[in-house]
Amino acid sequence: MTDYIATRDAYGKALAKLGEGDSRVVVLDADLSGSTKTGIFAKKFPERFFNMGVAEQDLIGTAAGFALAGKIPFASSFAMFAVGRAWEIVRNSVAYPHLNVKICASHAGLTVGEDGASHQIIEDLALTRVMPGMTVLVPADATETEQMVKAAAAHEGPVYIRLGRSKVPQLFDSSYQFKIGKANVIREGKDILLIACGIMVAPTLEAARTLETQGIAATVVNCASIKPLDADTIIPLAKKIGTVLTLEEHSIIGGLGSAICELLGEFPGIAVHRHGVNDEWGQSAPAEVLLKHYKLMPEDIVERVKKVRGQT
Amino acid sequence: MPSSEKIKELQEISRQLRMDVLQMLHKAKSGHTGGPLGMMEMMVALYFYKMHHDPKNPLWEDRDRFILANGHTAPALYACLAHAGYFPKSEFQNLRQLGSPLQGHPKRKPEWGIEMSTGSLGQGLSIANGLALAARLDKRSTRIYSMHSDGEAQEGMLWEGAMSAGFRKLDNRCCLLDFNNVQIDGFNKDIKDVSPLDEKFRAFGWQVFTIDGNNMEEVVSALDEAEKVKGKPTMIIAKTLIGKGVSIFENKPAYHGVTPSDAELELALEELNRITPS
Ligand SMILES: Cc1ncc(C[n+]2csc(CCOP(=O)(O)OP(=O)(O)O)c2C)c(N)n1
Repeated sequence: MTDYIATRDAYGKALAKLGEGDSRVVVLDADLSGSTKTGIFAKKFPERFFNMGVAEQDLIGTAAGFALAGKIPFASSFAMFAVGRAWEIVRNSVAYPHLNVKICASHAGLTVGEDGASHQIIEDLALTRVMPGMTVLVPADATETEQMVKAAAAHEGPVYIRLGRSKVPQLFDSSYQFKIGKANVIREGKDILLIACGIMVAPTLEAARTLETQGIAATVVNCASIKPLDADTIIPLAKKIGTVLTLEEHSIIGGLGSAICELLGEFPGIAVHRHGVNDEWGQSAPAEVLLKHYKLMPEDIVERVKKVRGQT
Repeated sequence: MPSSEKIKELQEISRQLRMDVLQMLHKAKSGHTGGPLGMMEMMVALYFYKMHHDPKNPLWEDRDRFILANGHTAPALYACLAHAGYFPKSEFQNLRQLGSPLQGHPKRKPEWGIEMSTGSLGQGLSIANGLALAARLDKRSTRIYSMHSDGEAQEGMLWEGAMSAGFRKLDNRCCLLDFNNVQIDGFNKDIKDVSPLDEKFRAFGWQVFTIDGNNMEEVVSALDEAEKVKGKPTMIIAKTLIGKGVSIFENKPAYHGVTPSDAELELALEELNRITPS
């Protein structure tokens, strides 16, 4: 039986653990600590938790001040607000001075669900990735989230971690090793290279298993480190396999797919296809309904792989 | 209250640093002239009277911190830092030039006393609050100062920070607000009046002092008084004259963001040279 745990839950727990070992860790939220799960830390370390109220610009700015004083601030809200509303503060007061602020934002992507497009940021990877010196990470499951939070705290500099609302299957056990700047090959096959991140890793694996039964062998890479990208792993694989499909619960403009295109664009003989949210807005519906509607289910991936193979 | 000799000394530093500002801006041929001249007394009072800092040990953990929220007035900060000994005045030559640490708007370089990158208005108050909260957590007795401007008070984020500092009773926080009535497009009262600022900050839980920001005695005594305030952050609303010290620049929105020509520089230096502290 597979366990299902939301990455935000794993984040809350990891944060509380981190707080035990390092007194420099402070946590800030903007009136969403129940949803972002920073409440777990707040309960344990009330003196190191700061609820900034519904004020995301103040949230990020205050976190920057904490970092100037040598603290390791984790600033959390919904991704829409933490990097959407406060984008320019993140740029000018965190990334430009290269401060040690960790922005761990939950409820990214379509899977916020019923709240609709105003809350469904499918642009956050584009918005954060573009800032020099910013590390951008997307965990695929709870195990990876926990390791990522630890790695982010140990890393000197600004980090963005994209967390989701919905429960996702546990893909990795404790033998899994996340490293900033490292992509993980989690399945091998010669016919197509599938590069996925976040909640798309599980359906991509499922699709790969289905494809196997139909005679198509896929390599699946979990690309949790969007920036820095693991060129050493991805380039040789792409050169060898030739056909690449990227998968993300993000706009196909500016996210993982774009990053991979930027990386592989210089090499002849490699075709990169992007699967994600096309240039359109989200809408209200339960998460599963949205994933179906926007063609992010395993069967959609199978279909897309076949189409891509027909084209190349 | 310091002696009248000390006040005279601070006035004399202000006079010299105004000349430094004009010269570096003239060399750079771009930048903001009015603001730095108008707030010089406050900057000088902070760096040469009030703040605990050590140019020989710039990263001293217990130093007071200063955040220049209205970053376009960077030349005033650079003049103070060089005069204090953080870096040589010869660096003024490179203001706004490629590769220079003296960027058009402050770029963080704590070894030179530049505590934070600023320039986008409205962000400094929250940043300084973060420093103040960290100091409180670490039980340090340091004070966190920040400088703001009246145009900046039109930014929503400034009020988010004001609300936080008031709510959290940050009495290690002292803000100075350069109320010169001028912003880029003209007079503040014609564009979007920010008055009454004292009532607004009081309503947010601040202790407010309103002073003549070009009067060194008033500036110094407000900074002293601010230190005695317990349980609240302090806002010093300083009425100033933009372009202070140079008659052709004073109270002229047109000089907010232009630099002196050769002739203007000559005139200005002559005028500043004539002033002797009374
Ligand atoms: C967020 C932001 N918007 C616009 C600007 C451009 N800008 C620079 S100075 C300024 C005028 C602000 O007036 P004030 O801060 O009162 O400056 P002073 O006239 O006192 O120098 C503006 C709009 C900016 N630096 N930051």
